[in-house]
Amino acid sequence: MLNTKARLSKKIFQKDIEKVATRQGYGEGLVVAGEKNANVVVLCADLTESTRSILFKERFPERFIEVGVAEQALATIAAGMANYGKIPFISSYAAFSPGRNWEQIRTTIALNDLPVIIAGAHAGVSVGPDGATHQMLEDIALMRAMPNMTVIAPCDLIEAKKATVEAAKTQHPVYIRFAREKSPVFTSEKTPFKIGRAEVFWESKSPQAAIIACGPLVYEAMLAAKELDKKGIEVLVINSHTVKPLDTRAIIHAAKITGAVVTVEEHQVTGGLGGAVAEVLAKNFPVPMEIVGMPDCFGESGAPDELLAKYGMKAKDIIEAVKRVLTKKAE
Amino acid sequence: MANLSIAQIEKKANEIRKDIIKMLLAAGSGHSAGPLGMADIFAAFYFAILNHDPHKPFWPERDRLILSNGHICPVRYAAMAEAGYFPVAELKTLRRLGSRLQGHPERLRLPGMETTSGPLGSGLAQAAGYAYAARMDGGRFRVYCVTSDGEHQEGNHWEAVAFAGKYNLANLTAIVDRNNIQIDGFTEDVMPLEPLVEKYKAFNWHVIEIDGHNIQEIIDAVNEARAVYENPTVIIAHTIPGKGVSFMENKFEWHGKPPNPEEAKIALEELRKGAKAE
Repeated sequence: MLNTKARLSKKIFQKDIEKVATRQGYGEGLVVAGEKNANVVVLCADLTESTRSILFKERFPERFIEVGVAEQALATIAAGMANYGKIPFISSYAAFSPGRNWEQIRTTIALNDLPVIIAGAHAGVSVGPDGATHQMLEDIALMRAMPNMTVIAPCDLIEAKKATVEAAKTQHPVYIRFAREKSPVFTSEKTPFKIGRAEVFWESKSPQAAIIACGPLVYEAMLAAKELDKKGIEVLVINSHTVKPLDTRAIIHAAKITGAVVTVEEHQVTGGLGGAVAEVLAKNFPVPMEIVGMPDCFGESGAPDELLAKYGMKAKDIIEAVKRVLTKKAE
Repeated sequence: MANLSIAQIEKKANEIRKDIIKMLLAAGSGHSAGPLGMADIFAAFYFAILNHDPHKPFWPERDRLILSNGHICPVRYAAMAEAGYFPVAELKTLRRLGSRLQGHPERLRLPGMETTSGPLGSGLAQAAGYAYAARMDGGRFRVYCVTSDGEHQEGNHWEAVAFAGKYNLANLTAIVDRNNIQIDGFTEDVMPLEPLVEKYKAFNWHVIEIDGHNIQEIIDAVNEARAVYENPTVIIAHTIPGKGVSFMENKFEWHGKPPNPEEAKIALEELRKGAKAE
């Protein structure tokens, strides 16, 4: 059943639930962050409209800086501005930033431990028709391996906005990934959000497995939980929006009470949330696991839903993964 | 900083060169040619040009000196020690475990080190971001960036050249160590950079060419840059890699290695004689 403490949207399972892309939450969050702190600046590499940085540009034109199609400059100019005392957000597509400018982020932002927030829009295979070049599926792995870096994958519009506002307060490097495609707005303003703390969205009296998810696919996990419940299979759904630092206490606790874990993310099955959870559990409390995500291959052009179905990241795939993990658990 | 005469700054440069030889010998690894070639420029900066206070490395109004080609950090460490940022004796900890003097410089380890660098081509963009941010707030200090010629082969550098040119960052001055060498050979053989002056001009920069071993020319060029209100300035400083040590001068073989004890002894003798000759 829904965890009432999570204060999720009352319309969560209704057909007319509002759908908005998480990148819109980034744009709205930028405006709030900019209002709260005059040191917040936004740099963009020729993608002002589609990264929704335009909302900040319209509100604070004097604090918006266009760097052109130059993602390495995007990161390094921001590092210089942060070194001076600004709090720069850098906006581009995840395939280019951190895809192209990883070393610049490593040396000038992470090793310098400067408060630059890297916003990677168009993450995941649900980018759709643009095809494999623009469907960034390795960004969590890239950024998670980097010391000093916080990594967040918000699950919907509202959480994306909160993550953006909170990131501006950390005083350290943060990576946030956003999706291009519209997705259900199923949390509320009252849903708790703290960087580094996972939230239980679906709870059960005697859960047999824990589904740990991040990004818009948390919603698919919720759909899966509801279906499984009808079949008499009780699960937990944990929204692990912060992939780094991972909420290890929540994850170990979930493994202990369920004895089986399924992770869900719109990212390669290597190096993402699944990898992070596996690292924690292997060391602390090993249980059977399934990792739902992109199966170590590149995407292709297609409609977002078609692609998520083809590569196995829909609710039905999560249900199958839960069944598999329960079989392993019973062995 | 007390005003030093040109002759006194030249003496400081000679001390810096001796420090470099000693610290590289103690470290057993590191770069020789670049640091020696830049000793005059760093002496000019730390003893005449920079508005700074070695006892207040985080003073907000200080001029910022961003070192882009981090591998020549021995010259900056030596200049900082001679200027009083930390004891000269600490130079011998270069590249040792626990030292503040990392093989490539790190901002968070050493107060006064304005950024972390080593991977090439990223310093000018950081300096440009610094200058842009300072200008937003009406900051009066100047931002300087020392770059190598070899790192002009990096795309990131030219992205920054375009950015600074577009936004007329007149508070930014770049200094190019035009010593013509890089690890694999002479720059013009590895990947030609010329015509460098015309390239910068095309990007809306004010360009000055100087002899990078002439203290007066270095100071004059920086003063000229201060008087330019419309553009960023680049000072292309022609230098001799390994300057001051005869067997290292103009030899790209000395880019990335330290002297052995015998070579260090000869080098220090030459530098002592050179100082007396002046």
